Amino acid sequence: MSENLEEVLINSYKNDGLPLLKDIKSAAKVDFLEKGLPKVREEEYKFTPITKTLKKQFAFDAKPATAHVNLGDIEQQFIDSDSSNRLVFVNGLFSNELSVIDAQDGLVVKNFATAALENNDTILEYFGKIADTDSFSSLNTVLTQDGVFVEVSKNADAEIPLYVYHVNVAKEIEVFSTPRNLVVAHQGSRVRLIEKNITLGAHNSFSNSVTEVFVKENATVHHVKVQNDVANSYEVVQTKVHQESNSNYSAYTISLSGGMIRNNLNITSDGQNCESNMYGLYLLTDKTHVDNHTSVDHREPNSYSNELYKGVMDGHSKGVFNGKIYVRQEAQKTNAFQSNNNVLLSDTATLNTKPQLEIWADDVKCSHGCTSGQLDEEAIFYLQARGISKENAIGMLLYAFANDIVEKVPVAEVRTYLDLQVADRLKS
Amino acid sequence: MLKINNLQARIEDKEILRGIDLEVKAGEVHAIMGPNGSGKSTLASVLAGREDYEVTGGSIDFNGEDLLELAPEERAREGVFLAFQYPVEIPGVTTTNFLKTAVNQVREHRGLGKLDAVSFLKEMKQKMQLVEIDQSLLSRSLNEGFSGGEKKRNEIFQMAMLEPKLAILDETDSGLDIDALKIVANGVNQLKSKDNATIVVTHYQRLLDYIVPDYVHVLYKGRIVKSGGKELALELEEKGYDWIKESVDAEATV
Repeated sequence: MSENLEEVLINSYKNDGLPLLKDIKSAAKVDFLEKGLPKVREEEYKFTPITKTLKKQFAFDAKPATAHVNLGDIEQQFIDSDSSNRLVFVNGLFSNELSVIDAQDGLVVKNFATAALENNDTILEYFGKIADTDSFSSLNTVLTQDGVFVEVSKNADAEIPLYVYHVNVAKEIEVFSTPRNLVVAHQGSRVRLIEKNITLGAHNSFSNSVTEVFVKENATVHHVKVQNDVANSYEVVQTKVHQESNSNYSAYTISLSGGMIRNNLNITSDGQNCESNMYGLYLLTDKTHVDNHTSVDHREPNSYSNELYKGVMDGHSKGVFNGKIYVRQEAQKTNAFQSNNNVLLSDTATLNTKPQLEIWADDVKCSHGCTSGQLDEEAIFYLQARGISKENAIGMLLYAFANDIVEKVPVAEVRTYLDLQVADRLKS
Repeated sequence: MLKINNLQARIEDKEILRGIDLEVKAGEVHAIMGPNGSGKSTLASVLAGREDYEVTGGSIDFNGEDLLELAPEERAREGVFLAFQYPVEIPGVTTTNFLKTAVNQVREHRGLGKLDAVSFLKEMKQKMQLVEIDQSLLSRSLNEGFSGGEKKRNEIFQMAMLEPKLAILDETDSGLDIDALKIVANGVNQLKSKDNATIVVTHYQRLLDYIVPDYVHVLYKGRIVKSGGKELALELEEKGYDWIKESVDAEATV
């Protein structure tokens, strides 16, 4: 494979889809080639050598992977049992036959390519409007062909949760997909979105996705990401959120299994009385590597953000956490809280965690805490003293530790799914 | 039921128990009293199997079993119950949930069938009345936000559910007001039978007005230095621990 991976990616893969975005794509191409992929010593990717890994694991020779998938191939990996709002993508492209979209008042759900034709004004209004410096975002802008478009009208409550499954078929050769998603929740609206990747086959799959979420005044968006894929799956995820006053954006990032995953969650709290919640759980074993980088930027006064990420690392897994909190000078009376709690179950698991607070306002309440270590020995002994074996006691405590996050997910079916997955994992 | 023979134990480099001899028979209530640092809680902890303490000599026979060979959970299943002095809080684990697991593990060990959810709940409702504990407290995270009295009542509630052969109450009265004390004592008294035994570890005599002991032993510097009937507790109350300390220390210098 040639030395310059950036050139290879730009030149090998189709980037002529979505003519609406032609100029934006051109600009992104320049930007991407200028920045390049994260280098070895780059601070932001210090503990997650994604560029090196991609070079090693992928040929990126742009051969199209077989795309045909039957429902029977994937439905046992679904979270929902019978959803009327389920979008399925195969190798980055929308699959009409596998998807089910029932009409809901005030809710527009379609694939991005169709939206680019039918909702072009909206797309041009919002696409790429949240600035970010990650070159993987630019790469996505250049190469993306499709994804999810969700628009919820003013005051509409989209009651039925929306499930999005990205299926990557890597049965004969590797697959590289670049989904681009746009969610616009207009004033006073409410929506719940759940995303999950499913890789089929033993070859490597790389998903480089970008989701931009616009939460307008008084709107509520609950955004769940469940990562429970195979060891040969690699993911770089950008979630960029812009919040207006009185809105609520809550993210739930649950990582259970995969090869190497980097989640970037960036929230701009750009109004008063915003509420931003970032919940994360990473339950890792084998060689799974999950890196959660988050940021919340408080630009206006009186807003609230709360971050709780919990990790359990076993086997040879690796957890990375970096949470940034920015509080601008005007953002007086900001309440921003961050907590990262970790349990290491094996000598070979590793953890890197770093909180980063930059506060320019002088009347704020901010706190952060990081813990890492073993479980409470006193608690283990207490349970043993009641007749519960040490193994069971540890299992109960780990379950309670993880359940703290699981019980916060506001979709019953997802909680049930996660509950079973967590219980299953802890038994072994 | 319980035969402790010349028990010696230490924590890190510090020797705490320096030769305890104690025999407890079924149906008996024994009080272990003593000044701070005498080793009362250490004795309770060693009986329950806390790993921090290293047993350096002696033996403990419990109904024919070598107790020191058993892991804490095995001791609990054999019928040893420790009511903790400082019950730990366990967020995310409710009393109801963990107790169901515990009760069924103990029952399984005793050759009894497991209780299903309905039977378990029924059992719980009955035993809750014993210590006037509320259902809502039991479906919350264990001991989280509980007052001192609630924590101690929860300990006795668990004891009622597990039906131990030997109950060790480690300073169960500490931090309790008289009303809470009475409820706890009443619960313990209701659970007493001719087939089980109780060891009450306490600094103060007051609790023993309500849980009346058959024998009182005074622990000082890791040894039982005096034993007697319940009158001994009253004598201690009157004279204080200095009386014991002086006579023991005087003997030592002879």
